[in-house]
Amino acid sequence: MAAAPSILCFDSVTVLFEGNPVLDAVSFEAFEGESRVIFGAAGSGKTVLLKTALGLIKPDSGRVLAFGRDLSTMRERELFEIRSKMGMLFQESALFDSLNIQQNVAYPLLNQKSIQCPKDQVLPRVEEALEFVELAGTLEKFPSELSGGMRRRAAIARAVVTQPPLILYDSPTAGLDPITAHTIIALLIKERDLSHTTTLVVTHRYQDGNLIANFRYNSEQGSLEPVRNGTGRSAKTIFMVLREGRLVFEGDQHRLEQSTDPYICKFVKPRED
Amino acid sequence: MLALRFGDRSHLLDLLKAPIASVQDFFVLTGRAVRNIFRAPHYGDDVVLQMDIIGVGSLGVASITGFFAGAVMALQMSKALATYGQVGKTGTLVSLTLVRELGPVLTAIMVSGRNASGIASELGSMKVTEQIDAMRALGTDPEQKLVTPRLIATATMLPLLTVISDFVGMCGGWIIAQLFLGLPSKLYWTTVWQALSWPDDIIFGLLKPLVFAVVISMVGCYYGLRTSGGTQGVGRSTTQAVVASTILIFLIDLLITKIFVSLGVA
Repeated sequence: MAAAPSILCFDSVTVLFEGNPVLDAVSFEAFEGESRVIFGAAGSGKTVLLKTALGLIKPDSGRVLAFGRDLSTMRERELFEIRSKMGMLFQESALFDSLNIQQNVAYPLLNQKSIQCPKDQVLPRVEEALEFVELAGTLEKFPSELSGGMRRRAAIARAVVTQPPLILYDSPTAGLDPITAHTIIALLIKERDLSHTTTLVVTHRYQDGNLIANFRYNSEQGSLEPVRNGTGRSAKTIFMVLREGRLVFEGDQHRLEQSTDPYICKFVKPRED
Repeated sequence: MLALRFGDRSHLLDLLKAPIASVQDFFVLTGRAVRNIFRAPHYGDDVVLQMDIIGVGSLGVASITGFFAGAVMALQMSKALATYGQVGKTGTLVSLTLVRELGPVLTAIMVSGRNASGIASELGSMKVTEQIDAMRALGTDPEQKLVTPRLIATATMLPLLTVISDFVGMCGGWIIAQLFLGLPSKLYWTTVWQALSWPDDIIFGLLKPLVFAVVISMVGCYYGLRTSGGTQGVGRSTTQAVVASTILIFLIDLLITKIFVSLGVA
């Protein structure tokens, strides 16, 4: 069986803010269809890692390869084409507050040159994306009229509307109640399993990683179900732990739970098998 | 001792690095904004929206400022002119001071207070809520989408506002001339009109607002786009934008006036 192609590769990437490393020689490679869950304390470089993957931040040293192309040497205009293959959910949703939800979700379809969505297809695709996140009927609403969870779902709709093969989620459940947080992660798993996307998720919550690694979306029942042992997704889910800009752990859930490192242990709650 | 001197010098150079880098960033942003005027995509809707916000929105404040500036000038100058028995020349002085100096500067300061702060706070809020990053992630150059339309709109509307403000100021002077100085309307308006020389005063009166417009829009955008530190940072950027643009308006006014005086235009 041929190995899955590499989607995103960090090759000894260092990012400095005012001379201080916020990413310190980080190296990893994400392959097609893989899920990566990134843990780390506040200020450990998780958001910077996602923004560097998207080309929003240029590394001071090292290389970032997305879809085989080196982002670190590309100019801003050249990056737009690569970014059209990536979706990003920002930490605070980052919906444009002067645009309504329809305009927000339609934004990538209308502004990403390489997407080339016919004008008459924009509204159906926006409606489809909003139905996917169960927000049909909010087309005319402005972000300020929605709750935090609904804003997060609208931002997911904007991230997935172009059906990008790589989606980056920055703390999708931060600040949400457990029920809404579960809904968001369920949406994330649904998107991953229906569209077979490569997914990078930054989170503080071990429950999120556990769901991503051990549950899949059953399209017939329209709900999540645990994966059976041996056929599970957990093999395709890699956990990463960042500490002060350094990648201190990379491996599967079993190895993560076996770790005796006190810093790593703080993020891990043993599974109830 | 020698080492100490070198140490002091290097410390001084370190202190200068940040302001020099800021000036460089400002000119780079301005250069890109100007270049983007000639590059696709063009955001015509945003230009019209900004023209409405900056131009139509500032019409009231610019007119009121112009009116009182003209009225006060008429009162003050008539007193001075009365010493020489030249009250009839009030229109000349009101016209010249408004068109060459007070109209452009006062209008620019009012627009700066209203719009440099508005631009900085709007872009600053977008920056701290990651909307600028989202824009880049979604295939849009924020400088092209946000900065260039504001530059075009301000550069178009500020000269127009200045012309309106100048005219309203002359009307303010006329009301004073009618109510308190007893000057015939025809005399006042004739002196106002004859005081202005074509094309020098028109160029002088429109060049200044054009330069001020670049300063106001670019300073607002610059401070907005470099905002950091949450809502507190937005407040800081807004204040800095108003202070910087106001100081720059006075500085550039002096510079342009000096150049024109040297050229024998003013």
